Amino acid sequence: MILEIERPLLELESKIEELRKLSTDGRVDLSVEIKALEQKVEDLKKDIYSNLSAWDKVQIARHNGRPTTGDYVEAMFSDFFELRGDRRARNDLAILAGIGVIGGRTVAVIGHQKGKNTKDNLKHNFGMGSPEGFRKAGRVMDMAARFGFPIICFIDTPGAYPGKEAEEKGQYEAIAGNILKMMSLRTPIICMVIGEGGSGGAFAIGVGDHIIMLENSIYSVISPEGCATILWRDATRASEAAKALRITSDSLLKIGLVDEVIPEPEGGAHRHPEEVFSRVKESLIRNLGELCSIPGEEMPKRRYEKYRKMGVFKEENG
Amino acid sequence: MSEAKEKPEELWVKCQSCGVPVFRKTFIENMLVCDKCDHHHKMPARMRAEILFDEGTFEEWDENITSVNPLEFADDYEEKLEKDKVKTGLKDAILTGHGKIEGYPVSMGIMEFGFRGGSMGSVVGEKVIRLLEKASEKGMPAVIITASGGARMQEGMYSLMQLAKTNAGVLRMEEARLPYITVLTDPTTAGVAASYASVADIILAEPKAIIGFSGRRVIEQTIRQKLPADFQTSEFYLEHGFIDAVVHRHKLRKTLARLLAMFNGK
Repeated sequence: MILEIERPLLELESKIEELRKLSTDGRVDLSVEIKALEQKVEDLKKDIYSNLSAWDKVQIARHNGRPTTGDYVEAMFSDFFELRGDRRARNDLAILAGIGVIGGRTVAVIGHQKGKNTKDNLKHNFGMGSPEGFRKAGRVMDMAARFGFPIICFIDTPGAYPGKEAEEKGQYEAIAGNILKMMSLRTPIICMVIGEGGSGGAFAIGVGDHIIMLENSIYSVISPEGCATILWRDATRASEAAKALRITSDSLLKIGLVDEVIPEPEGGAHRHPEEVFSRVKESLIRNLGELCSIPGEEMPKRRYEKYRKMGVFKEENG
Repeated sequence: MSEAKEKPEELWVKCQSCGVPVFRKTFIENMLVCDKCDHHHKMPARMRAEILFDEGTFEEWDENITSVNPLEFADDYEEKLEKDKVKTGLKDAILTGHGKIEGYPVSMGIMEFGFRGGSMGSVVGEKVIRLLEKASEKGMPAVIITASGGARMQEGMYSLMQLAKTNAGVLRMEEARLPYITVLTDPTTAGVAASYASVADIILAEPKAIIGFSGRRVIEQTIRQKLPADFQTSEFYLEHGFIDAVVHRHKLRKTLARLLAMFNGK
């Protein structure tokens, strides 16, 4: 998958590659030309990536080469044991859950799991959770709290699955139940938005003590397409909606709904995943260290205060 | 039904379901329920407070909290807010307060669908948590009557955060071991269904209310098939185990009184 914004960049890069090949054949010295093109790439990168629109970020956040929950788990955890099923009906592969070790500490991990290609995406239902997935997440959270394991949630979903069976099994109740549970758990919860934070389906594993977003991830109450359809009956105006909804990490940090933003390497996480893994790992270990020094029973009180303050309104006199 | 208020000069109103004209006076006496087909029309919050509480006992809370436009959302959001204030006589999509039902003290939130489709933004979230905090401090049961299409889009992520904020209020009630009852009315969907509407001790619903998370059209597009007529109704969720009882509007006051009496008699 090639993003429109990075097309000119990729073209230049392949040209450099060609020149390099010619150079190594030894016939001609193209080092001056290569150097000039490399400079051009640097300039172009600065130009593109310092002016990303909200809609550009939506495309980066949805990029199919972007690291998924499973990639983070594999790269950052010294051990991981997957926990499957909701103990009621089914194992929903849109949600990955388990216990793992990071920085020498055992933690519970819960995340939306997207696929890398169509086949993979069908298996994981594009990371769109069903009630069984949210209930699996819920039982793993309960277990984590019982053993005092902190919980790390990776958020990356277009939204909760809008399917017939999902509704029959109480999609809304599954989401509400997790939100209530996460408000009350006596263990630290860190939420990391790594790609798409799609509304209720994201928030079902999104309540926590420290909310982190990757620079080019997005978090929204409704998809830009959905918003444009409702407002203007025109899904093609999604880029306008993306801007109006303030769904980017910098906007959300500014208004205090997110606590930390992790910068991505130039071009986005899909271009340099290893660098992203190490930054995310550093942040997780640092935040775990801070949150784990707070007694468990304090956590629900702190969380109450945190969410109690969220919202903007005016109170008129009498 | 809003028509009942908007055109009081007309003697007849047409049922929105069966289309049969009903004498206005009868319609109002009937609590906006069609006497031919039993369709429960949407009810303004203030009218519902009048019907549910013992006469003269209702006292409003936090009536002066009003919305701002935190994201500077264009699309004439502020104009729409002003229009709905005039239309409903409320400053946002929920009326809260306390009073008595057959002598039993109770705090209550009543959502107003006529105000921005009952959507939940910062004001609804703040009023719900204040309601539940006050109820838990005063040792009073709480009832919330929901009517909402979900989170308020124009407040973006502030609206999504209200799902956690309102559920924090529900947690207060749980900790205080006080009964929390919800009554789902048409419609109760998306963000409100996925927060305080569905985590109550007892969940009631009015007949044939639309309830659910995703919208019917979105689901039909996803699965590429038509859904049955009764999909996502109160009766559907009663059958699937998510609602305790479907209660006719004429029996709601009595039902709430019975429940309050039982919780009171522990």
